[in-house]
Amino acid sequence: MADVLATRPDRQPALPVGIAAPRRRRPRRRARSVLLTWLFRLIVVTYLFFLVAWPVSLVAQKTFEDGFSALDTALSDPSITFALKLTVIVALQAVLINLVFGVGISLLLVRYEFRGKRLLSALIDLPLSVSPVVVGLALVLVYGGRDGWFGPALQDAGFQVIFATPGIVMATTFVSLPLVIREVVPVLTEIGTEQEQAARSLGANAAQTFRRITLPGIKWAVVYGVVLSLARSLGEFGAAKIVSGNFEGQTQTATMAVEQKYQDFQQASAYATAFLLAAVSVACIVVVSIIRPKQERKR
Amino acid sequence: MSIEVRNIDKRFGDFIALDDVSLTIPSGQLTALLGPSGGGKSTLLRIIAGLESADTGTIQIEGRDATDLPPQKRNVGFVFQHYAAFKHLTVARNVAFGLEIRKRPKPEIRAKVVELLELVHLDQFADRLPSQLSGGQRQRMALARALAIEPTVLLLDEPFGALDAKVRKELRDWLRRLHDEVHVTTVFVTHDQEEALEVADEIVVINEGRIEQVGSPDELYDQPANDFVMSFLGPVTRLDGNLVRPHDLFLATSDPGDASAVGTVTRLVRVGFEVRVELDVAGQSVQAVVTRAEARNLDLREGGTLWIRPVAGAVIVEATERLAVGDLDGIDGDGADAVPVGR
Amino acid sequence: MTAVDVAAPARTARRRRSGRANGLTATSGLGLGVSVIWFSLLVLIPLSAVLVKTSEGGWSGFWTTISNEQTAAALRLTVGQALLVTVVNVFMGTLIAWVLVRDEFFGKRALEVVIDIPFALPTIVAGLVLLSLYGANSPVGVNVANTRTSVFVAFLFVTLPFVVRTVQPVLAELDADVEEAAASLGASRFTIFRRIILPALVPAISAGAALSFARAISEYGSLVLLSGNLPLRTEVTSVRMLSYIENGDLASASAVATILLLVALVVIVALDVIQRRVSRRG
Repeated sequence: MADVLATRPDRQPALPVGIAAPRRRRPRRRARSVLLTWLFRLIVVTYLFFLVAWPVSLVAQKTFEDGFSALDTALSDPSITFALKLTVIVALQAVLINLVFGVGISLLLVRYEFRGKRLLSALIDLPLSVSPVVVGLALVLVYGGRDGWFGPALQDAGFQVIFATPGIVMATTFVSLPLVIREVVPVLTEIGTEQEQAARSLGANAAQTFRRITLPGIKWAVVYGVVLSLARSLGEFGAAKIVSGNFEGQTQTATMAVEQKYQDFQQASAYATAFLLAAVSVACIVVVSIIRPKQERKR
Repeated sequence: MSIEVRNIDKRFGDFIALDDVSLTIPSGQLTALLGPSGGGKSTLLRIIAGLESADTGTIQIEGRDATDLPPQKRNVGFVFQHYAAFKHLTVARNVAFGLEIRKRPKPEIRAKVVELLELVHLDQFADRLPSQLSGGQRQRMALARALAIEPTVLLLDEPFGALDAKVRKELRDWLRRLHDEVHVTTVFVTHDQEEALEVADEIVVINEGRIEQVGSPDELYDQPANDFVMSFLGPVTRLDGNLVRPHDLFLATSDPGDASAVGTVTRLVRVGFEVRVELDVAGQSVQAVVTRAEARNLDLREGGTLWIRPVAGAVIVEATERLAVGDLDGIDGDGADAVPVGR
Repeated sequence: MTAVDVAAPARTARRRRSGRANGLTATSGLGLGVSVIWFSLLVLIPLSAVLVKTSEGGWSGFWTTISNEQTAAALRLTVGQALLVTVVNVFMGTLIAWVLVRDEFFGKRALEVVIDIPFALPTIVAGLVLLSLYGANSPVGVNVANTRTSVFVAFLFVTLPFVVRTVQPVLAELDADVEEAAASLGASRFTIFRRIILPALVPAISAGAALSFARAISEYGSLVLLSGNLPLRTEVTSVRMLSYIENGDLASASAVATILLLVALVVIVALDVIQRRVSRRG
């Protein structure tokens, strides 16, 4: 027989029922596990400090060793300012193309059934695993002005791809192609079709449904994908170097300028340009880390 | 006496999950911890299993002090609401897990697994992965897995909570029969009073971190310690400042002389064999339930006047301030999910 | 951010619930057509051009190229170091993911950012960055520039996020119940890790390892300034390919590129198999 013993007579009013108690707390930690936790923490922090944090911070340090003079020198060098401008133009074009095709292909992959869907879905990821040098080579083989597959015909039509800006845009688009798609597809899958069907049943047409229901749902994923693509596009080096021919003041982008300045013993300029690129990419990462919780909350 | 819980306190930050709880759970019986969500019953179960540690207080299992023992050393079987299946292991390997940990000889393990899978009617599914089983089957596997280690006590945390109504009812009957077969001391947590009343030998009603009452299903139903227990175990209505069960109300078309109140019928709802009568008694709503035959005899219709009194032997408990009037509308609830208080 | 969808089962289930997807309409059909043409022009045709170019030289041409002493040395170095780095990543990546998921401490958020840096940082900058700590004027007195170790360090840097980011979501999704069940059945913390947690992580770890290997063997930018590109010693495959291209020998470049493409293809197929297996387990 069970019985209630020593239940406190002066009952204090407890908190309202229904407040979710954090149930998933782990049992009281024991000494050995605390030691292990600290050991793991130490290893991880040390590893990341020596592999990433310290080296990256050194670039900032080297750039500002003599105040702003390195940045000044770099930014008054016309070949560097040209390279920076070209990089921005190329990156914006690549991001725009990937945004349109990325969202489009994501919609097709998630919302429609067609033959070869699985193949397409697997091939989409291919650019992430292909060496930038292979990308450059592949584009030269097809669009090369002298003996590419399509190059000569395009050139006769007055359109130069290789050793010109379109080639750099293509190379950059290639390497960052999957980034928007990889972000949007899972979110699109997650939100399902119910809301869209509800909108359709309320009389919205396809465009209205997309603009008013689907797009708000995938908004953060798209922003996230765009930011990642931007970071990747600004930093493209290998593929762009091959297709551009790396002509200073004509087709040289910022990353190629870093290489050339460094090899020409203009280390200050090289570090300053590298710092600018690094600052943008770190900013992108920080933006993403702020967006991500938002996106997750939305799900 | 199998499980002795003494003066257990547990807080999560500012939230008091358990407030000085003491309880004795007898050996060999099937005990239900019943109460609304967030009332502390699962926390108590997890403290008994060692999955959570109490801030103060002690736990004894079969006379052994288990307060500071890790879950590994308590020899309890624990069954989770969402099965906690080891997804990468077959059904048989799931059941064998605890025995493999205990380094039992292989033939013994094999025999034990076969025996248990027969017991839970999963013998044809031994080589399947958990993902190939239905929810009910997964839960039976989890039960077999917990029983494999021959636990001192078997603890089940809302074991049927994730299953649909029909399977839930089947498994409930089956658990009762299984317990009659194996006789291991069993404690299960539920928020479903019907489940507790039907299956348990003994029910512990827990609310807001405290024990409200302990007793057999009959004791709880017939002699509720307070208005909370009464309203939690079944539908109630308020008459004259007291709580009474709607089916314990006697209705008459003329003054029987000893009526507690007079009311006007505001609504009639027929549900299967019974008729629910809603009355207006001096501006207060009172619910009563009568059979169809009674309803016909009384010639019930909306707007009619009825005299009301509790039948002889009706359970009557004084309503306190703890329960708001709105909480008493449990009469329309489907029982299983109705949590009449503290919303 | 680089995560392969190893955490797919929940999603697949949801997809099934949300009903069958539609067949193509006129508009979406047109969209698909345009997308496929664009994708072909940008990716598929150029990549097949590499294979075609290689096949033009025939088997013997292919063999002559890759058995060239300098090329073979570059391939050996690249694959060797990539394997080594992948092994390190399997351990360190899993450990980092573990700490990020299971531990709470001040600065964890910053650590998350640090892990993503190698993914976003331009590779040429990555090379410069490593050179400034592990190069000639190293503040810690370690100079690995122009050595094989520099290849290892560069690979380690650029592949850092892969295992971490594939394992992390899977680890976070793991059911606390399952570990508690194992504990109540008597399993020690180590046994729980080995027999319950690790098997659940293996697909994610393999996926991360595959990605990290693929990334390493194709790395170019970070090595340009760091490794010195010394033939037979620190020259990696990508650099070797580039020198073929610069010398106008596109056939030989294609032969080497074909090997890298095949590895990429194997990785993609492997990832697909892993994902399907995981979603079947559910």
